[in-house]
Amino acid sequence: MAVRVQDEPFDFGVEAEAFARGRTDAGAVVTFTGIVRDTDGTLDRMVIEHYPGMTERALQAINDEATERWALKDSLVIHRHGELRPGDMIMMVATASAHRVNAFEAAEFLMDYLKSRAPFWKQEFTADGSAWVASKTEDEDALTRWEKQK
Amino acid sequence: MIDVLYFAWVRERIGIPKEQVSTNATTVDELVEELKSREERYALAFSDVSALRVAVDQELTEFSASIENAREVAFFPPMTGG
Repeated sequence: MAVRVQDEPFDFGVEAEAFARGRTDAGAVVTFTGIVRDTDGTLDRMVIEHYPGMTERALQAINDEATERWALKDSLVIHRHGELRPGDMIMMVATASAHRVNAFEAAEFLMDYLKSRAPFWKQEFTADGSAWVASKTEDEDALTRWEKQK
Repeated sequence: MIDVLYFAWVRERIGIPKEQVSTNATTVDELVEELKSREERYALAFSDVSALRVAVDQELTEFSASIENAREVAFFPPMTGG
């Protein structure tokens, strides 16, 4: 049930392998990775600001809820902050449970919640200047889905 | 004294990431009104609080929340993690 907030890159392969390898308690492991995208080919870099202290607390709370609701055997959340380039990995989640449905659902829940409930803010830098990434209403709507299921 | 923190474009508009505020405000709303009356940059940053989020002692909460006995209040735009 680990949460890591860091500015240095992480090795997705190493993390996923270490998470899944040698497990006998869980039949299913799901991983998700978020990558800095540059759809228009104009992005120079992205800078992610966060709220030290609250970030770890919020991620831990989200992780605890996922663990309880989907009876997870284990989970991992890694989220970077600081400067990232197109193609860099921003974050990853991994979930382990007895069966795949719980592992998939818990991973989706973790993603939905950390998008709009963990204190991170993305700023994009292009040749034209910088802009804060606006939150999307569909990200907020995604949370209602999980509330209804409670 | 209470620590007031600003993040993302709220920090940019106010011009500082953190300050200590001496206040008699008992709720976040009252604190916002006090800050707005200080200077134009605060009035600008807090002109539409529906575009903002607030955390008291690192817990996301409402603007109507109490800040009595709080150590830290943070203002920021909706979060964009993931």
